[in-house]
Amino acid sequence: MSQSVAADAAEGGTVFAGHAAVAGPRSWQRAFGDLRQGWRQRPLWGYLGWQDIKQRYRRSVLGPLWISISMGVIALAMGVLYAALFKRPVADFLPYLATGLLIWRFIEGCILEGSEVFIANEGLIRFLPAPLSLHVYRLVWRQTLFFLHNLVIWGLLMIIFPQSLGWSLLLAIPAFAVLMINGAWIAIVAGIVATRFRDIPPIIASLTQLLFFMTPIVWSYEILKDNLAERARFVELNPAMHFVEILRQPLLGDAIVWRHWWIAGAITAVGCAAALICLRQYRSRVAYWV
Amino acid sequence: MVSIDISGACVDFPIFDAKTRSLKKAVLGRAGGKIGTDSKVPIIEALRDITISLRQGDRVALVGHNGAGKSTLLRLMSGIYEPTRGRAVVSGKVAPVFDLAVGMDPEISGLDNILIRGLFLGMTRKQMESRISDIAEFTELGDYLSMPLRTYSTGMRVRLALGVVTSIDPEILLLDEGIGAVDAEFLAKARCRLTELVERSGILVFASHSDEFLAELCDTAIWMDHGTVREHGPLREVLHHYKGRDVLAELERR
Repeated sequence: MSQSVAADAAEGGTVFAGHAAVAGPRSWQRAFGDLRQGWRQRPLWGYLGWQDIKQRYRRSVLGPLWISISMGVIALAMGVLYAALFKRPVADFLPYLATGLLIWRFIEGCILEGSEVFIANEGLIRFLPAPLSLHVYRLVWRQTLFFLHNLVIWGLLMIIFPQSLGWSLLLAIPAFAVLMINGAWIAIVAGIVATRFRDIPPIIASLTQLLFFMTPIVWSYEILKDNLAERARFVELNPAMHFVEILRQPLLGDAIVWRHWWIAGAITAVGCAAALICLRQYRSRVAYWV
Repeated sequence: MVSIDISGACVDFPIFDAKTRSLKKAVLGRAGGKIGTDSKVPIIEALRDITISLRQGDRVALVGHNGAGKSTLLRLMSGIYEPTRGRAVVSGKVAPVFDLAVGMDPEISGLDNILIRGLFLGMTRKQMESRISDIAEFTELGDYLSMPLRTYSTGMRVRLALGVVTSIDPEILLLDEGIGAVDAEFLAKARCRLTELVERSGILVFASHSDEFLAELCDTAIWMDHGTVREHGPLREVLHHYKGRDVLAELERR
C-alpha cells in the first residue's frame, strides 16, 4: 500500500494521509482519488494548457489567431469545393461543413493526443509526483481552448449566412460537456494502453483517419440515405457521428434528434466505466511503463 | 505529523525492449503459448525488501555506489513509484528535487518557469507570486527572468532551479545530487539557502557523494547496496563502514 503524495502537496497538508493509507494501489478509492487530486490542481493544468497554446504560436505576429485562420481557410476551400461536387448551395453547405469540421478537430485532438498523453509527459511523470489525471485535464483543456478559437469561424459564418438559431442553441453547452467527458475517458484508456503497448498510437492514428471519412462531415447523412436507402444505416454504427450530431444540430439550428443523445450518453457511461477500471488497475504502473 | 513508513517494499522494473512491448507479442504470445523465456518480460529489481521508518526532524544521508538504488528509493518516497510489493506510506507535503532540468520549458520565460515549477512542487499561485522578488534577488538574474529560458546558460538554469526549490516550504525534502555547474561564489550562497531550507523542512533525505555536504546537512545515514538497505544508523558510523575510513574525523581535522 502506498499513498500518492502529490495530492497532499497540492493541498498543502496531509488531508488524505489517513484514509489513503488504508487503500491499496489497486482500489477504487485511489482511482477516484487520482481524478479528484488532479482536479484540485486546476491552477497548474489551466496554466500549462494556456502555455501549450501560446507556445505553439510564440514569436508569430498573429499568435493563436492562426488557429482560427487556418481553420477558416480549410473550411472555406472544402466548403466551396464539396458544395459544387454535391450540387448544394454554398450558403447551406459551408456552415454545415465548417461546424462539423471544428467539432471533429476537437474529437480528433482528444483521440490522437490522448493516446500519447503519458508518453509525451514521460519526463514529468518520472521526475515530479503528480496525479495521472493532471495530464488528461491539461489535454482536454488545451483542446477546449483550440475549439473556442475555432468557434470564431462558426460565429463569422452565422453572421454571413444566418441560420434559424433558436433556444435549442443552449443545448450546445451540455453537448460540448459530453464531448469533453468523452475526450477525458478516451485519453485515460488510450493513454494507459498506449504507454504499455507502443504499437497503439499508430493504430489509433490510422483508425482516426478512417473515422473522419466515415463521419458525415464533408458529406451529409441525408444525401447518403437518398443514394443508398436502407444500407446508409450502417453509418449509425460510427460512434463519432452521434457526437458530431449532438453538437452540430444546436449550432446550426437544426431539429434535435434525440436518438443521438441517447447513444452518445450510453457511450459516455461505458467509456467512463472503462476509464475508471483502467485507472484502478494500471494507474500505479504507468510510472514504470513510460 | 510528517512521516515516511516503508515496510518490505520492492520496486521491480519490467524491461520491455522493442520486441516485447508490442501488441503483436502479447496477442501472438497468448495464442501460441509460452515460447521459452522471451514470452516473459525481464525484470530489474531496483529495490528489494526496503524497510525504513522516518519521523519529523530526521536528516538522512543516502550513500551507496552508482546504481545502488538511491534515486529509486527517493522516487519511492516521493510517490512517483508505488511499490510492486510491500507498502510505503508517506504523509506530508513532499518536495522532490531530482533533476533540476525536468519540467523546465526552454521556450517560456524564467518567471513562467518559476511559477510552473512552484505549482508542481505544491505551492499555490499566490504563494509563488509573493516569492518571485525573493527568487529574483537570490538568482541575480534580474531582467533576464523575463527572457525565454533557452537564452540562459547552464549555470543560469541551475541558479533558477535552485532559486525556486529553495524558496518553497516542504515538509519532506528529497534531494538528489546534481547540484553542480554553478560558480563557487554562488554555491556558497546556495548552501546558505539550502541549509535554511533544510531547517524549515520536517524530514530531509539527501543522496550525494559529497561527504562534506552530507556532514553539513545530515546526522543519520542509509547505505544502499544492490537495491537493499545495507546499514541504517548514525552518519559517522555508516560513512565509516561505507568508505572504510572515518571520513568525518578527516573532515574535522581539516
